[in-house]
Amino acid sequence: MEFLRPATWDEALAAKAEYPTALPIAGGTDVMVELNFDVHRPSAILDLNRVTELTEWTNDGSVVRLGASVPYARIISELSGPLPGLALAAHTVGSPQIRNRGGVGGNLGAASPAGDSHPALLAAGRDVHVEAASVRGTRLIPIDEFYVGVKRNCLEADELIRAVHVPVADGPQQFSKIGTRNAMVIAVCAFGFALHPKNGTVGTGIGSAAPTPRRAVEAEEYLQGVLAERGLWESGELLGTEVVQRFGELVKAAASPIDDVRGTADYRRHALAVMARRTLTWCWNDYGKQIRSAA
Amino acid sequence: MATRTIQGQKNLQNINQASKDGIGGSPLRPDGNLKVRGEFAYSSDLWHEDMLWGMALRSPHPRANILSVDISEALKVPGVYAVLTHEDIPGSKYYGLEIRDQPVLAIDKIRYHGEAIALVAADHPETARRAVKKIKVEYEVLTPIVTEEQCLDPETHGYVHEPHEYKSHAYGNICHEQKLVSGLGVTDEVRAMADVIVSGDYEVGMQDQAFLGPESGLAVPAEDGGIDLYIATQWLHVDREQMAPVLDLPEEKVRLTLAGVGGAFGGREDISMQIHACLLAQHTDKPVKIVYSRDESFYGHVHRHPARMHYEHGATRDGKLVFADCRIVLDGGAYASASPAVVGNAASLGHGPYVIPNVKMHAIALYSNNPSCGAMRGFGAVQAAFGYESQMDKLAAELGMDPVELRQLNAMSEGDFMPTGQQIDSPAPVVELLQRAKDMPLPPPLDTEHLDVRALPGALSNTSHGEGIVRGVGYSVGIKNVGFSEGFDDYSTARVRLEVIGGEPVAMVHTAMAEVGQGGVTVHAQIVRTELGVEQVTIHPANTEVGSAGSTSASRQTYMTGGAVKLAAEAVGRALIEKGRRRYGWTHQDITLAGGKVVSESAGVLVPMVDLLGDEAIDLTREHHHRPTQAFDKETGQGFGHVQYTFCANRAVVDVDVELGLVKVVELTAVQDVGKALNPLSVVGQIQGGCTQALGLAVMEEIIVRDGKVRNASFTDYLIPTILDTPPIPVDVLELPDPHAPYGLRGVGEAPTVSATPSIVAAIRNATGLALNRIPVRPEHLTTEQPG
Ligand SMILES: Cc1cc2nc3c(=O)[nH]c(=O)nc-3n(C[C@H](O)[C@H](O)[C@H](O)COP(=O)(O)OP(=O)(O)OC[C@H]3O[C@@H](n4cnc5c(N)ncnc54)[C@H](O)[C@@H]3O)c2cc1C
Repeated sequence: MEFLRPATWDEALAAKAEYPTALPIAGGTDVMVELNFDVHRPSAILDLNRVTELTEWTNDGSVVRLGASVPYARIISELSGPLPGLALAAHTVGSPQIRNRGGVGGNLGAASPAGDSHPALLAAGRDVHVEAASVRGTRLIPIDEFYVGVKRNCLEADELIRAVHVPVADGPQQFSKIGTRNAMVIAVCAFGFALHPKNGTVGTGIGSAAPTPRRAVEAEEYLQGVLAERGLWESGELLGTEVVQRFGELVKAAASPIDDVRGTADYRRHALAVMARRTLTWCWNDYGKQIRSAA
Repeated sequence: MATRTIQGQKNLQNINQASKDGIGGSPLRPDGNLKVRGEFAYSSDLWHEDMLWGMALRSPHPRANILSVDISEALKVPGVYAVLTHEDIPGSKYYGLEIRDQPVLAIDKIRYHGEAIALVAADHPETARRAVKKIKVEYEVLTPIVTEEQCLDPETHGYVHEPHEYKSHAYGNICHEQKLVSGLGVTDEVRAMADVIVSGDYEVGMQDQAFLGPESGLAVPAEDGGIDLYIATQWLHVDREQMAPVLDLPEEKVRLTLAGVGGAFGGREDISMQIHACLLAQHTDKPVKIVYSRDESFYGHVHRHPARMHYEHGATRDGKLVFADCRIVLDGGAYASASPAVVGNAASLGHGPYVIPNVKMHAIALYSNNPSCGAMRGFGAVQAAFGYESQMDKLAAELGMDPVELRQLNAMSEGDFMPTGQQIDSPAPVVELLQRAKDMPLPPPLDTEHLDVRALPGALSNTSHGEGIVRGVGYSVGIKNVGFSEGFDDYSTARVRLEVIGGEPVAMVHTAMAEVGQGGVTVHAQIVRTELGVEQVTIHPANTEVGSAGSTSASRQTYMTGGAVKLAAEAVGRALIEKGRRRYGWTHQDITLAGGKVVSESAGVLVPMVDLLGDEAIDLTREHHHRPTQAFDKETGQGFGHVQYTFCANRAVVDVDVELGLVKVVELTAVQDVGKALNPLSVVGQIQGGCTQALGLAVMEEIIVRDGKVRNASFTDYLIPTILDTPPIPVDVLELPDPHAPYGLRGVGEAPTVSATPSIVAAIRNATGLALNRIPVRPEHLTTEQPG
């Protein structure tokens, strides 16, 4: 097995172009487990740990460009202001050791439907993009289009993830995850929710309840409609149980879960509805408070 | 040499002061710091120059006929030294803890998912892994026999072992059975005597010991044609007993030394890679190391028997139990392992610590194509406790009684009789244990003003900010036996040597006891300090050069091997004093050993041990046998079957998110009588550990098997409690001496594992009002899978 250790991003891209089957390794928290369990025997490994740009982030005030290898621990400590949903999701990943090593690039690379970044990224707005690069150039892939199947993403063989672009939160965001223990657990299902008052939209993301992470589009449209029609963005008034309930039902309907060792499809649907109701309520209560205190 | 006598009461007081690190003290474990720092050498760290790596090919099917095995391609892989099948075994091809029904390598048939078929030895684990993949096996895949109904209908579904292959009293896919009747049994007339009858069907999932150190060891061929095995196990001598006939060696040529054990909990009582490594070493004449990967470990050891139980209890209107009728079906899986003894425990302890005038019991273990099940902490008593304690709560609800009072009203105490007819002849403070658990202050209610999500169900998963949370409280009490039962003489051997090293008297303890975390190495030194009055005690590595110490299981090691150490130390002490009498002509009747000196109460210090010993050593070996027990009568279950009983009571406080079905155990109180706490710190640690393992069974731990296949052979999906799942565990320890036991002590390790699970389920029921007849309780059981 070849072990490639590029020192710079350009070298990394060149190496990936030369060895398209090389398996990138960032924190290694997925890769090493799979090697250990003999899931694959890659012909080459491309170690990205010397490429320091990948562990940096920038914030231009409207968008955070989050380097692929910024570990979860730093997302929590440095970015919970601009990216509250992702930071909450990061909190739920593994254990302190895993959060020190693992990052969003690896989560996207693995593209597991149970990855915890995904619901938060999906909910964070329409302008979330994965910045993928190769010697051929750079493209910004809308997050919705990134996941294409169970543990499959739309990267080309010669591409690497450079960063994710996530709009700075302009409203409350929440993330909830179900696990059968209280820490260090892979999601039975998860839900991300965000309010985007600036453009009058809401964001949702469902994890572990379909072949890929996905948005609950009808639920978003329903809620956006209600918020606009009733002038709730302006008033910040309570939504009422009917709206909350309906939103939960639509989120539930958007999922297509299976029965597996972690839980049943029925439970996943049920729990998504509960999490959808709760996260919406938390976000809306916060938003209402903001409106009232601004008034 | 003249006798030096230091006179004066003052001096004597200092000398006679018991060592703070003797019994009753809490010296720290010698391996504690090493383990915390990651420096302790486990069996998986063993290394030998020129060693090879062994690996097994395992079956992907739970039931199949093997049509052919072709090893030729595997043998061609460069770096491969041997590829073995059952045809290469020099001696007996079978082994087993109680019944030798398990082939060392599969012979023509596969009986469970993960059964070993062939072995490879290679110069590198990766080479071995590749070679294993090149072994070609042709299977005729058969429908596995996996449910109780299928097992009990062999005419339709077939036999796991053909009846002509049965090596014990098995019949029709029943590996072992035990019946029990006491009083009038349970007849229609007896039923008519009860005002109230409650019944229930209960199910326990398959729990795993989930030790962190995978099965591993190193076999080194010796010049004398024998073999030295360095191994993490629970019982060196029983391993050897099973290994020698397979290797076709006399027992004395199979020498075992204990390597660092990374947890056991029953899962190392059976042979795993021991014989495989030795066969490869014999064959290649090179040292061979085997280390299981995590998934292989899940296939490579037995689990806790899953159980289906039917209980029926009758009582008078004022709550006195009239009868109990019970059927327990344990799934023993493909091979017997410890199933017979587990059945014996389930049957004899299956009615709990209660006085019940009329009892009927039928317990069986099945042979099936599921993974083999055997020993695990609590051993047959755990499953039953979930049944009888659930019944006690049901009965209390039916009678409108307080669940603790109902239990106390029927609790056994010293002098009462077990359903086996055995009289309880040492303290059985069941009433008091329950009372103390109940009287402990309750934790404060959930603080909804200052919510800390980490304290809520779901914790940092952020599922609730207080919504849906309901608190519940539940109680339970359990009974467990200590030591091996049913007529088995599980004696222990200890050797104690006293000599002068570096100008100080130093004692050495040599036993074959497996230190698996229970703290024997600490306790042995404490016993010797107390008995011999010396401070310096070293522990010799455990090996087969000394007699058997029995198994580190059944909560027995402090009682049994601790007892042997006490006997040996006492003998050494007597020999030392005798030596002094011969040399100095002492006639004092009040001689003791203290502070490294021989001391007379009346005359003061007679001589420092250093002077008396000179360069001679006193080296004596003693065996400790517990009082004999009897087999249970097959039909009536009557007999003086158990050595000692132990009891623990628990109170669990839980918060349940009733909408999401998530549970946070808020507090888990344990009250236990330990007879005498030889090392109070270790005792509390054992009780807290036992409670935590019980918590795992209550709310998360299960090996999921579908159609005979294990679906979660990894710690990604076999969940054990993390620190956020583990609540504060206040422990109240009683010390009521058992007159039959060394120092009056009572085995500690298992009772809390038996009793704590039902208290947690009771608390969840209390919070939700749901019946919850199956453990582990999963979120869907509290939400979508509930009727209505
Ligand atoms: C004990 C444990 C607990 C865990 N718990 C969770 C959890 O709760 N939630 C969760 O979501 N995950 C969990 N994981 C999985 C894992 O930690 C996460 O998916 C993490 O985000 C992976 O990041 P990494 O940097 O370690 O990725 P790596 O293991 O280095 O890589 C993962 C994948 O991404 C690819 N990759 C990495 N970087 C790039 C790049 N720049 N460009 C293209 N491809 C790339 C790799 O080739 C590989 O396919 C857990 C893992 C362990 C071992």
